[in-house]
Amino acid sequence: MTDTSAHQPMIDATGVPLKKSLARSLRREKIRALLLVSPLLLFVLLTFIFPIGSMLFRSVENDIVSNVLPRTVVELQNWDAKSGELPDEAVFAAFVADFVVAVEEKNHTRLGSRLNYESSGMSSLFRKSGRKVAEWNPETDGPFKDKLIAADKNWGNVETWAIIQTHSGKFTNGYFLNAVDMQRTPNGIEMQPENKQILIKLFLRTVKMSLIITGMCILLGYPVAWILANLPNRSANMLMILVLLPFWTSLLVRTSAWKVMLQNQGVINDVLVWLGMVADDARLEIINNQFGTIVAMTHILLPFMILPMYSVMQTIPPSYLRAAKSLGATNWTAFWRVYFPQSVPGIGAGSILVFILAIGYYITPEIVGGTDGVFISNRIAYHISSSLNWGLAAALGAILLAVVLVLYWAYDKIVGIDNVKLG
Amino acid sequence: MALVTPISRKPLSLVLPVVGAMGAFLGLFVGTSAGSGMTGVIAGAAIVMVLAFIYTQVLKSEPLAKWISRLGMAAAGFVFGGVPGLILGFLFGWLTAWFTFWMYEGRYRRHLLPYLTSGQVLWHYAFRVICGAIFVFLITPILVVMPLSFNAQDFFTFTPEMLRLDPDGYSLKHYADFFGLRSDSNGEWLRSFWNSLLIAPIATILSVSLGTLAAIGLSQSHVPAKRAIMAILISPMIVPLIISATGMFFFYSSMGNWMEDTLGLNKDLVGYIKVVLAHAVLGIPFVIITVTATLVGFDRSLTRAAANMGADPVTTFFRVQMPLILPGVISGGLFAFITSFDEVVVVMFIGSASQKTLPWQMFLGLREQISPTILAVATILVALSIALLITLEMLRRRSERLRGMSPS
Amino acid sequence: MKFTKTLLATTALTVAAGAATAQDMTVVSWGGAYSKSQLKAYHEPYSAKTGINIINDDSSAEAVAKLRAMNEAGNITWDLVDVEAADAIRLCDEGLAIEIDHDAMLAAAPDGTGASADFGSSIVSSCFIPQIVFSTTVGYRTDMVGAEAPTSICALFDLDKYPGKRSLNKRPLANVEWALLCDGVAKEDIYDVLATPEGQDRALAKLDTIKDQVVWWTAGADTPQLLADGEVVMGSTYNGRLFSAIAEQNQPIGMLWDAQMLDFDGWIVPAGLPEDRQKMVMDYLFFATDTQRLADQAAYISYGPARESSAPLVGNHADLGIAMAPHMPTDPANATNVFVTQYEFWADYRDDIDAKFQAWLAK
Repeated sequence: MTDTSAHQPMIDATGVPLKKSLARSLRREKIRALLLVSPLLLFVLLTFIFPIGSMLFRSVENDIVSNVLPRTVVELQNWDAKSGELPDEAVFAAFVADFVVAVEEKNHTRLGSRLNYESSGMSSLFRKSGRKVAEWNPETDGPFKDKLIAADKNWGNVETWAIIQTHSGKFTNGYFLNAVDMQRTPNGIEMQPENKQILIKLFLRTVKMSLIITGMCILLGYPVAWILANLPNRSANMLMILVLLPFWTSLLVRTSAWKVMLQNQGVINDVLVWLGMVADDARLEIINNQFGTIVAMTHILLPFMILPMYSVMQTIPPSYLRAAKSLGATNWTAFWRVYFPQSVPGIGAGSILVFILAIGYYITPEIVGGTDGVFISNRIAYHISSSLNWGLAAALGAILLAVVLVLYWAYDKIVGIDNVKLG
Repeated sequence: MALVTPISRKPLSLVLPVVGAMGAFLGLFVGTSAGSGMTGVIAGAAIVMVLAFIYTQVLKSEPLAKWISRLGMAAAGFVFGGVPGLILGFLFGWLTAWFTFWMYEGRYRRHLLPYLTSGQVLWHYAFRVICGAIFVFLITPILVVMPLSFNAQDFFTFTPEMLRLDPDGYSLKHYADFFGLRSDSNGEWLRSFWNSLLIAPIATILSVSLGTLAAIGLSQSHVPAKRAIMAILISPMIVPLIISATGMFFFYSSMGNWMEDTLGLNKDLVGYIKVVLAHAVLGIPFVIITVTATLVGFDRSLTRAAANMGADPVTTFFRVQMPLILPGVISGGLFAFITSFDEVVVVMFIGSASQKTLPWQMFLGLREQISPTILAVATILVALSIALLITLEMLRRRSERLRGMSPS
Repeated sequence: MKFTKTLLATTALTVAAGAATAQDMTVVSWGGAYSKSQLKAYHEPYSAKTGINIINDDSSAEAVAKLRAMNEAGNITWDLVDVEAADAIRLCDEGLAIEIDHDAMLAAAPDGTGASADFGSSIVSSCFIPQIVFSTTVGYRTDMVGAEAPTSICALFDLDKYPGKRSLNKRPLANVEWALLCDGVAKEDIYDVLATPEGQDRALAKLDTIKDQVVWWTAGADTPQLLADGEVVMGSTYNGRLFSAIAEQNQPIGMLWDAQMLDFDGWIVPAGLPEDRQKMVMDYLFFATDTQRLADQAAYISYGPARESSAPLVGNHADLGIAMAPHMPTDPANATNVFVTQYEFWADYRDDIDAKFQAWLAK
């Protein structure tokens, strides 16, 4: 190389410096990739991520108290709940002023429902007081302290005011605390009383059961996928129908079918009793417990394990196994050292699918789970559709989502998400 | 595998115990229905072992032994159990003779590699039995559903009449209900079925087309924030459905408002669009995952070669890339279709009465009125999908033949 | 954009078929036999009279959540919603249902009694228009309870006399009241006891004695199915379900009326409806909740009409021809010992007791 060329930048055919030209083509490639991705990305962002995000945001949002009782919240800042004394007249006057407006806008019962999540009785306190306070004139009818306490003696209770004060912030960590069996109290953060602690237990159970179900699916799916991949095409396709049929059958139907199979007077117990393997008065308890949930959910999710495994195993040449054996490997070594490692991506893809689907299930556990087979999603559904405590539901959902994301991340680190193969 | 392993006769010390075990197994069922399972096991084992000995050592002629076995057992069955006994006896006789000679002549080795040890042969068949058991596990719940759909009662119960095979215990009334032929049926089942058949394919097409495009984009080598994008696209699978349903409700309500008020679209049309879009989103992760997986092994030089020869990107995509990644696209589409076709939580939130889908109707059927109509629906769907899958398989074989490929 | 075209074309086709009618009204209800009874008794005569097309939406189970979401999104697509009384209170509290002036908006009884007096105590919330009285009660397998059929609710807790499984609601309502009653608390004290943590523990402790033997149900259809299967000897469910299993399906099932939990079901009108739609709904309600209409519904389902004046007009079952009056929870012979659900109490304590109940279940 000559001296000049060392200082001259390399140029491409059109005379543009190569570095620049490469950078431009890289940029073009990036833009093209983004263009291909962007329709879907926008679609998902707009119709899913954004709505779900705002739903999950409810887990910290708490502006109802300060919106409905703006003056009271300000006045309450000067009051020390631990003093054990009732707030002064200024607070009561502010409260009545707020409350009259709230009743007019029919917001007071809403606030009552919100505070009732924290302390039972607030709902009816607000509802009943609404009727009385509506008649008052905040300008002229004062002083209100005794008047309000006369209307309902609970207003003379320090607790009531402490709860309003504790939950007056625009944002709250209260729902997240509730989601892990803790609560915000005037005295700081405490555990829930023991007889109300359930959610942590349900989280652990959900993860544990989902892992067991994933494990069962691997155990049952692996041989089936293997035989599908190693049989001649004709027989494999016929057997594939047996895998696809349950997959096509509605989840609700399969769950009901398992109920018919597993219950005390069900098919399995009847056959066992008929064969004399089980006494008639000692029929097996295989439904309305964890066992039933695991069996039914394994059945429902098994195709999600078999299909990805099958597609991966199809690509493993059978000659590898024969080669290993001809080199002196035992059956087991040949399988474990040669075949199995190549099938891992399939297991990984199947496992991640099954696990994620299992962790969010709620219809099947609801129907066959009994008391110790229910999942955390059942509680989320309860809080969404019955108790209307959407803040708590959102907090539970956010935690569940975080658990899945952590596992997803771990999976990506261990196996690599590019290795996921589905079909 | 073309090679045929030479086979040889097996000693009785191997044949008799194995055949006896099968006899014991059959005897268990015969014995139980006659009153004592244990007697059945012992008698079954003894009878079958004696028969096997006679067939192989005394008669020595295989066709003769087989017919004696079939007819003899059928006659014995008829004496004890009438016509059902006759049929069962014939089957048992056929099985006994076939199994005896299969063992005795060593035919079980015919399709195996010649150098396998006995242990490997045993494992080979044990493995098949295990797989068979798993297939039974997969399919039994669906088989159980079928007879129940002919139940004359409105419960999911095998009534005594049904177990006696009494025609009074069976009826087609749940099928009549599905097709809206009963006086008290309101056509809701068929309507929801058509709704599902309308919504699921459109949602599938939507998620497959957008998903494939995005997967191709993602498979390029230089995608900024690839992992984040991937996570976003997969998220509809991860978020618990009930949360998704509530969250999406808000979005689709305001979108529905806008479409009705600003675009002046019909309310029902808007309803369908909402459900289709929501289901499309739920199906997307499956498409993304499958198609990216197929693209991992895709040889990029093929597209470059096509471009070299003057094909524009669209032609390259449809003529070169698409055929190669088609299997992944199809299975992604299959998952997406099922996601929509079997989805109940989201549609109950997003949809309104006129978009009621089949799973929604089934859910009501389970909750508000116990009605085996849902089992009738399931049976119809299973029959349809068997027909569909078999047709596909036939077509595949035909095209294989036409292309002159040997059946593999 | 070929597929968009296809999408629009296909959907437009289906829509064109059903979009001809001038006026539609969407009524939300529970589905199943109950919706059918409303269709026969209310919707069909009303449509015949006015030409208004009534669309049934079987979404009542999701009504509370969906109404709240609709309200927040500002897009109310429902005109009238059938809910349980407890949900009506909740919806009223949340400002999701409009308040009703019963006397002014609803028909008076034939003898001129105002609607609010005729409905009486069933108006549990100012937003609530009562329709039926139903009860949660206990059914049992006549062939599995031995010689002596149960007559008291406490048979539920008597494992010695009536061994076997029982099915109970997976919610505290009714279960805790029965538990306290059978634990010796006087009927009038039950809600006072239940308001205390000790009382709640006491109820759960009583339920604990049968916990191993309980199958918990979540849908009203569960108990009849479990009874028909012989899975349970007895179980709680709604009286209409038991009537259907006994009279319509001829199952070997008997039922108790002792300590039945009376509850109401009725209409609410969503808040935020446009003027004209609200007017249409009120016209429908005036028609559908009059004395005769409520009595008519009882011919299709065994729930009692909420109006006092309807009781004498209850006739025979539409298909079976049997007199329906003796199967009403409000029939004097059945109503000797009843609980009326305390809505105020449950509005306050539902979340608290439910949390404890679920924690107890999971134990």
